[in-house]
Amino acid sequence: MPDFSIEAVNLTKKYGNFTALSDLNLKLEGTKCVGFLGPNGAGKTTTLKIFTDMVRATSGRALINGLDSHKDKKTALSSCGALIEVPEIYPSLTPREALTMIAEIRGVPASERKSSITKVLEKVKMAEWMGKKVGKFSKGMKQRINIAAALIGDPHVLLLDEPTSGLDPRGMSEVREIIKDLKSESRLIFMSSHILSEVSEICDEVAMIDHGRLLAYGKINDIVSKFSGKDESVIEITVTKDLSTVTLNRIRALDGVSSIRALGPRRIDIKLVGGPSKQEKLLEKLVEMKIGLIVFRPAASALEETYLNMFKESV
Amino acid sequence: MQTFIIFKYAFMDYFRSRRFFILLLITVIIGAILTGVIGYFRPQSVLSSPLSFYSIWWGGTISFIVILSAVFFGGDAISGEFQNKTGYFLIGNPIRRSSIYIGKWVAALVASLIMIGMFFAITAGNAIFYFGYSAIPYQFLESLAFVLLYLVTAMGITFFFSSLFKTNSMSILVTVILFLFVFSIVQTLVANLAGVEPWFIVTYGASIYSNVLQSTYPAHIAAQNSARIDPRAFNSTLYYATIPEGITIMIVYFVFSTIGGLLLFERKELT
Ligand SMILES: Nc1ncnc2c1ncn2[C@@H]1O[C@H](COP(=O)(O)OP(=O)(O)O)[C@@H](O)[C@H]1O
Ligand SMILES: [Mg+2]
Repeated sequence: MPDFSIEAVNLTKKYGNFTALSDLNLKLEGTKCVGFLGPNGAGKTTTLKIFTDMVRATSGRALINGLDSHKDKKTALSSCGALIEVPEIYPSLTPREALTMIAEIRGVPASERKSSITKVLEKVKMAEWMGKKVGKFSKGMKQRINIAAALIGDPHVLLLDEPTSGLDPRGMSEVREIIKDLKSESRLIFMSSHILSEVSEICDEVAMIDHGRLLAYGKINDIVSKFSGKDESVIEITVTKDLSTVTLNRIRALDGVSSIRALGPRRIDIKLVGGPSKQEKLLEKLVEMKIGLIVFRPAASALEETYLNMFKESV
Repeated sequence: MQTFIIFKYAFMDYFRSRRFFILLLITVIIGAILTGVIGYFRPQSVLSSPLSFYSIWWGGTISFIVILSAVFFGGDAISGEFQNKTGYFLIGNPIRRSSIYIGKWVAALVASLIMIGMFFAITAGNAIFYFGYSAIPYQFLESLAFVLLYLVTAMGITFFFSSLFKTNSMSILVTVILFLFVFSIVQTLVANLAGVEPWFIVTYGASIYSNVLQSTYPAHIAAQNSARIDPRAFNSTLYYATIPEGITIMIVYFVFSTIGGLLLFERKELT
């Protein structure tokens, strides 16, 4: 299987005197979803725009699968789908036409165009709007079409800039499901977002950026334990049966658990002291308890805490 | 070919746009007014010969349609990709920017050709009505060819400004002011006051499309000395571009504006 990669090499972008991106070095490889986090104006969109040749780097290079996205734009972007900011579509075109245009540009063979367009429109639940003019669509509907456009031609690399922005809560959760789906189809996804729960739900890793500088990059757990100061992590678990007080007390008594917090009858946050080995032990113990464990992941609140710690001084 | 893909969809967008309909309506209305007025008054100055007919009917109107078409279809062609954010849908794809520029240029040109074709048909129809089927002299076809070259050039210049400015209103405004006022004012000033041939003005070169409709092609320099008291103040010189000169001026404008527009678009950032 080919290895996909997104790589920034000494990437710098200046707007006049203002440095939006400062010597960014970041290499994402393999098939996973990487969240791109940072406060407003941190340089997330700027980074993604350089990768899609929308703006030019002042210096440094942006590589997709090893190819320079400016110098070799056509080949570099041929296996990359992107959704940057909030694109508009020629208003008199229908989704079918607009997506056919993208399919043609991306070199999808004529025989596959129709089925692939139907497939992506079904994925974003817009198939019934296929023949209506985009000009009359709501913001959320347009954003769904934009997501569909990024998926045309089944690109292995996806660059998504706040993909759930502009959507209603249901739309947001649908888009999250779409991205999770995509992740399971062996792709490399780089997604900016400022919704931490979204990132911790979808992403395997995070890159954190502020003032155009990369602050951290790694697995969410590692980042959380590294930046939370203490050797501490918060795990969110979901079980299939309501948790009784007895069970909760048993969990509280497990090795390394410092506290627990109920998020619902079947969902709790577990604060844990100790590194990955403690997490592994905890997972084993919980399984042994036969409480119907179905989700075990870094808690959104942990990421949030880390985030707030990290960006305390900025803004 | 990616240029063709862009052409296809950009043209589809133009063809369905309200402005396409409006411009077609304007063209038809101009044609209808001319048809009505000349049909009713039958002025001798117009109907004395096919050439004088074309000179007034076609020569007096077509540049307006050319400029309107260029502005309607080209004025926001590139700036709109930035201001209307449609560029975010297109530019992040594996496509060269030049393909987008050229594809849209061709689409705007074809949309304009429909307007010119419509006016050509109305003109020729009336000419046949008044002069019979032999009433399409070669000068008219020559004039048509020069008008098409003028359209190519005007579209090139409009695209250049569309590429230069970030907002639609700015690029449209500059193009309109340039074509409707600046060029003709400078041309008049330079020729009349300075007595210099305005070879650097595109509309001067383009005027060969109406020159060919005169019964004899006008002399390159026609001095009109009407001054008695102060010969310098009222000495006005009329310049007429020769055909090779006119063609050269238009081609040079087209080539430079297109290269400039392409370079600007290539460097323009989507922010
Ligand atoms: N065209 C521009 N001119 C000047 N500054 C800009 C321009 N575009 C973006 N910036 C600045 O660059 C910084 C990074 O912006 P951006 O990448 O959009 O941040 P975000 O992380 O919120 O996506 C911001 O401070 C923004 O003001
Ligand atoms: Mg942003």
